[in-house]
Amino acid sequence: MNKDQSLFQKEIVQQALVQSFVKLNPKLLFKNPVMFTVEIGTIVMLFVSIWTLTGETSQGSFGYNFVVFLVLLFTLLFANFAEAIAEARGKAQADSLRKTREETPATLQSGEKISSSQLKKGDLFVCEAGDTIPTDGEIIEGLATIDESAITGESAPVIRESGGDKSSVTGGTKVLSDRIVVEVTNEPGESFLDKMIALVEGASRQKTPNEIALTILLAGFTLVFIIVCITLKPFADYSNVNITIASFIALFVCLIPTTIGGLLSAIGIAGMDRALRANVITKSGRAVETAGDIDVLLLDKTGTITIGNRKATQFYAAPGISQDQLVKAAVLSSMSDDTPEGKSIVELAQIDPLTLQVNNAQFIKFTAETRSSGINFDGTRIRKGATDAIKSIVINAGNPFPTELLDQVKIIAENGGTPLVVSENEVALGVIELQDIIKTGMFERFERLRKMGIKTVMVTGDNPLTAKFIAEKAGVDDFIAEAKPEDKMNYIIQEQLAGRLVAMMGDGTNDAPALAQADVGVAMNSGTQAAKEAGNMVDLDNDPTKLIEIVEIGKQLLMTRGTLTTFSIANDVAKYFAIIPALFITAIPALQGLNIMHLHSPESAILSAVIFNAIIIPFLIPLALKGVSYKPIGASALLRRNLLLFGVGGIIVPFIGIKLIDIVVALFI
Amino acid sequence: MNTEIFGIIAMFLLTLALAIPLGKYISKVYGLEKTWLDFIFNPVEKVLFKLSGVNPEQEMNWKQHMKALLTINVVWFFIGMIIMMTMGSLPMNPDGNPSMSADLAFNTVISFVVNCNLQHYSGETGLSYLGQFYLMFLQFVSAATGMAAAVVVFRAFRDKTTTELGNFYTYFMKSCTRILLPISFVVAILLAFQGTPMTFEGKDTVTTLQGSSQDVSRGPAAAFVAIKHVGTNGGGFFGTNSAHPFENPTYFSNMVEMIAQMLIPFAMIFAFGYFIKRKKFSWMIFGVMTVGFLALTIPNVIAEMQGNPMIQKMGIDTSLGAMEGKESRIGAAATGYWSIATTVISTGSVNSMHDSTMPLSGMNELLAMMINSFYGGVGVGILNFFIFIILAVFISGLMVGRTPEFFGKKVEAREMKIAMIIALIHPFLILVGTAITAAMPQYGTATLNNPGFHGLSEMLYEFTSASANNGSGFEGLGDNTFWWNVSTGIVLLLARFLPIIGPVAIAGLLAQKKYIPENDGTLKTDTATFGLVTLTVIVIIAALAFFPVLALGPIAEYFTIY
Repeated sequence: MNKDQSLFQKEIVQQALVQSFVKLNPKLLFKNPVMFTVEIGTIVMLFVSIWTLTGETSQGSFGYNFVVFLVLLFTLLFANFAEAIAEARGKAQADSLRKTREETPATLQSGEKISSSQLKKGDLFVCEAGDTIPTDGEIIEGLATIDESAITGESAPVIRESGGDKSSVTGGTKVLSDRIVVEVTNEPGESFLDKMIALVEGASRQKTPNEIALTILLAGFTLVFIIVCITLKPFADYSNVNITIASFIALFVCLIPTTIGGLLSAIGIAGMDRALRANVITKSGRAVETAGDIDVLLLDKTGTITIGNRKATQFYAAPGISQDQLVKAAVLSSMSDDTPEGKSIVELAQIDPLTLQVNNAQFIKFTAETRSSGINFDGTRIRKGATDAIKSIVINAGNPFPTELLDQVKIIAENGGTPLVVSENEVALGVIELQDIIKTGMFERFERLRKMGIKTVMVTGDNPLTAKFIAEKAGVDDFIAEAKPEDKMNYIIQEQLAGRLVAMMGDGTNDAPALAQADVGVAMNSGTQAAKEAGNMVDLDNDPTKLIEIVEIGKQLLMTRGTLTTFSIANDVAKYFAIIPALFITAIPALQGLNIMHLHSPESAILSAVIFNAIIIPFLIPLALKGVSYKPIGASALLRRNLLLFGVGGIIVPFIGIKLIDIVVALFI
Repeated sequence: MNTEIFGIIAMFLLTLALAIPLGKYISKVYGLEKTWLDFIFNPVEKVLFKLSGVNPEQEMNWKQHMKALLTINVVWFFIGMIIMMTMGSLPMNPDGNPSMSADLAFNTVISFVVNCNLQHYSGETGLSYLGQFYLMFLQFVSAATGMAAAVVVFRAFRDKTTTELGNFYTYFMKSCTRILLPISFVVAILLAFQGTPMTFEGKDTVTTLQGSSQDVSRGPAAAFVAIKHVGTNGGGFFGTNSAHPFENPTYFSNMVEMIAQMLIPFAMIFAFGYFIKRKKFSWMIFGVMTVGFLALTIPNVIAEMQGNPMIQKMGIDTSLGAMEGKESRIGAAATGYWSIATTVISTGSVNSMHDSTMPLSGMNELLAMMINSFYGGVGVGILNFFIFIILAVFISGLMVGRTPEFFGKKVEAREMKIAMIIALIHPFLILVGTAITAAMPQYGTATLNNPGFHGLSEMLYEFTSASANNGSGFEGLGDNTFWWNVSTGIVLLLARFLPIIGPVAIAGLLAQKKYIPENDGTLKTDTATFGLVTLTVIVIIAALAFFPVLALGPIAEYFTIY
């Protein structure tokens, strides 16, 4: 995926420009009370401009009124553009994901070839090596290696097979080997991606709860200033001050929170958009918002906290046995061991097994009963396995099992490792230590989460002792050991009863209830259909650490709303000081004292204020789209930082901006 | 240090020193713990509850609380109307004062029921002693109503998740018997010692120095003046309120009355903290309120002590300050302090003519009432402030990257709707009321003593005072007219009960919600930073909305003088 696209690509901008005008339709604008009132003001100014053309002189010149009209129109267009560009970017991103899967030929089981768009839910199709999978579905027969790089950007092929938790395939990905039969899981146009595009495009976009509450706040501010402006008329009449319609509307438009009003929906769309850029499909805007509130993260140990599998980290020889002898035996025992553990032993030993002289080799496979594996050759019998298993082999043969070795086994277990004992001809040679390798940077990440106030919980099938050790080493706050699916569920319910919001990631069908129960449930795209239906997000990368990113995207979204609201409201101070003196100084020269910015004239002051009010919107579009960056420095420090940047900044910036614009405007008046 | 300045600093610090232990005591009272007056009042309360058929132990939700509150208020209103319109022919009327006209009675009773005491009459000639007594009764119960409502909000944040918020009648009764009565008793005695009359005899006739004879009004004033301040009512026994030498005879009595009116508003803030076990939160509230209070008070004290430059130009010595409309026994500094104290809290008793204060002092008095939540009236001050906290929580909650929450409860659309409506009511009533009056010269301009900017301030002040349930008058306004009586009466009603119901409803709704434990990512509301946000929200919503009209009134006047 191309994640570092520039904010304003040519075709996206063009599309957004057209939409800015389409969105002037009052029916569409009505959803945004703040901008709707601006539109009314704009229409009034249009009529006033026409009125002055007919010879009316009480409202100032045509030019002045018309410029005010134009500036207001641009205020609307800028706000529409913000929303349109957020939509266009989201759509472009989704389209690029979708493009790969359009019009791919599909082979039905009968051998008939049809277009992918004709596939219906429940249809079965066949894919063989070299085929592009026509649409999303679930493997019901076979196993295949699949190149998912079109979706995930990850070039290493993955294995998908029927049954189990890795049975889903995604349209647009490519089968590299073998043959699979796939059942279509969605009606055409109803895949998660299609649903997400609909959300972004606005057709089915609903305001999220927090957006509704914020809209109420903004509508309230708008109402206050409607009252302020309407009642100003009788006060001005009482004081024999004549105020033009343009001045009233300018005052009103400048005071209502147009900045945040114009950017609000863009911020929401951009949140979903950023999630999509992280290759996460969200099923609702609400889910992104909730992600910001998450208190508890359930993380699977394997793949998230530790690198896939255990690795051999150390050989410990028994007393009287040389290190070389142990290492050599260990390698021999692992020669035919294809498990990642076996391979890691060879890797650690740094001996190529092929260089060893082995005649008449007979490999002993691992079974659940023997709990050991090994090799027999030329009368040599090498075994490696669980401590108990090897110990009984050794003792049954009448040989002693050294206590030093037992102590070493205990130390390894206490350190969170898994001991594998090696014997040669029923004599214990020593022990191999296998360890979980914690991904680099995880400790810092959990520290970061802790500062965000988020509790991390590791879920693992390990015994409590091992789990505790890894939990401490990785820096997670809690763990669920020997976890069964219902344990996850119970943990989530327990946390939720205590009032906390829980996020988790899962892929298996048995994860589905927990995914549904969690406040944010992220299903891996490779997971089963049931899991994907249950969660409220789907991660195309199947990357378990994605949860952390999702939480940050949610927080960014909320912060962007908060900071721009603050900025917008703080701007009022300067605007008051620009417009109020301008309204009154002609009639009451004494009020010149309020003109602290020393603006050129009443007309220039009013124009400067409305121009500033309009152009601040496009200036802030990049911020609205990218989001205010989240720093995990604790809530109080974060509040101070944002207050300083957007509160104090919001008071100062317009003073400077309006003054500068006034200097320019004064040149033309 | 200048003794006058020292006097006002001493007043402030003494109030604070008394308010902290009182807050602890109040928290105990509402926590229904044992207190030292139980032995007298427990039996009395038992009889009263039995007679009225109220079960004081029945737990109420917020709606039941509000129903109880409105019910008793309606009853008081009707009894009041009957008394005011018939008192001329009822007993306890030694001076033979007449009954009130219907519109004046309406305005008077409403304004005492709502703890405002906007007086469009003069006590000396407009009321019988029975009338005065009934109004004094209203001064107790209206204060207790506000306090009981505040306790409902306290209760909502004490328990994690609950719909049971205590019993309204219990809170109401305890407010009267354990808090208002004992403090008023002490204040009344102190005032009586200073010379405030406490008698049922009618007018006295004295021979003046010139040898002519003059009637001097008297009455049970000490008790009345005590509760007028303790309950932040502000309605004077005599027409000129605490500028009258009987109501406020000495500098000491001035101090007592000053402390008495600020005491419970201060103490309620600390009681909140003790009650919900978040003392730091109380200090945040107190800090914000005090910063606001000082920002208004200090310029006033300075302006009043400096005197009027126009009078200086006439060659008149103004070294004592701007003494027009002030009492020389109190002085410019203490008067300037009082003028803001009485307007930030909703007392509205005056010890000088606010009409005569300097333009920006007048503006600060107006602003104090427009904001109406720097300390604020007993109980209701904290309710008004609560609305601003909710708005500040919403904005700053988002800024830390979470959906907003207050004490572990999510603030959502429904709460925002209520908070916004309540925040809107005050500017709406003031601006619309004043605008209509300004647009109708026969009702407005005709009643003004001053034309121009000052006249606008006079009208604005009257509606601001009514909407803030303050009750002070800028005066300079012939306000006993049908228009003023009815319009301000309606404003009083709306501005009293909606701002009580709103915060209680929000608190009730929040109390029912799931409790979310706090963590490092949660917004802390007991910090200076959050206090700053709250202050900014107050300034921008409550003050900036009035900037245009203030520019045409006091600000224009200021720039004309200086």
